[in-house]
Amino acid sequence: MITRLNHVSIFVLNQDSSYEFYVNKLGFKVHTDAPMGPGKRWLTVCPPEQPDLEITLMAIEDGIMFKNGAAEQMRELVKKGTFGFAVFECYDLNTTYEEMKAKGIEFKKPPTKEFYGYEALFVDDSGNWFSLGQKK
Amino acid sequence: MTKEFPEIYLCKRIVQAKLFIDNHFSEDIDLNNIADEAYFSKFHFIRLFKTIYAKTPHQYLIKVRIENAKALLEKNIPVNEVCNTVGFGSVSSFAELFKRITKLSPSKYQQQFKERQEQIKTVPLQFIPNCFAEQKGWIQKSNFQ
Repeated sequence: MITRLNHVSIFVLNQDSSYEFYVNKLGFKVHTDAPMGPGKRWLTVCPPEQPDLEITLMAIEDGIMFKNGAAEQMRELVKKGTFGFAVFECYDLNTTYEEMKAKGIEFKKPPTKEFYGYEALFVDDSGNWFSLGQKK
Repeated sequence: MTKEFPEIYLCKRIVQAKLFIDNHFSEDIDLNNIADEAYFSKFHFIRLFKTIYAKTPHQYLIKVRIENAKALLEKNIPVNEVCNTVGFGSVSSFAELFKRITKLSPSKYQQQFKERQEQIKTVPLQFIPNCFAEQKGWIQKSNFQ
């Protein structure tokens, strides 16, 4: 029986820039930041109230994971905004939207009442987009 | 949380108040002044702030100070210096509050963080799920284990 999710990955174009976005703009906490040799880094962050869910900010690099030009293809797809990885939650969407906009975060959709709930869509520094909702 | 959504102009004022706390947490903040600047009565301001952030402004200020204290302790800054930098008047009240919230004294927190960083540096693969380490080609490098 699966009981919990503890790691999830987001593919990013640049880990330094993602650190700035997720930690300094979104206010996520660094869980593990481990140098793994020249130019390599294992970087995970957690939403402020979910310290046991590690979001891996995964660099797209040539190697075992991405072979034969797949890394470049993946980078292009991320840049184009192909991937929507997750739904985040806040206490109050209108206020969080205003605060995130004040920090320069780009939104694809402002808070909107949809048939399934109240939702906004924002984009990270790489081009990944996320849904943002609020607790009922 | 069930409530009416605050009007957008109310949101902006509350956001400004929250950002004011974020940027001035180390100063001697008078929450009455923040309520005045946001054009709210103190009662209305506290109620709205708590509706939005699930904490009163005072509780939020404490949270911001403690989070910033953690960040400074992680940089190996001495406890008394951290206490002053984040806006607490006395080391004993800071230490007591810090322990109540984090379950660790500031010095113990600092020590544990330092030990963990040392572990991450010397045996990073203990912190990375094997499937990822394998895909990255890191498990072949024995110096990471």
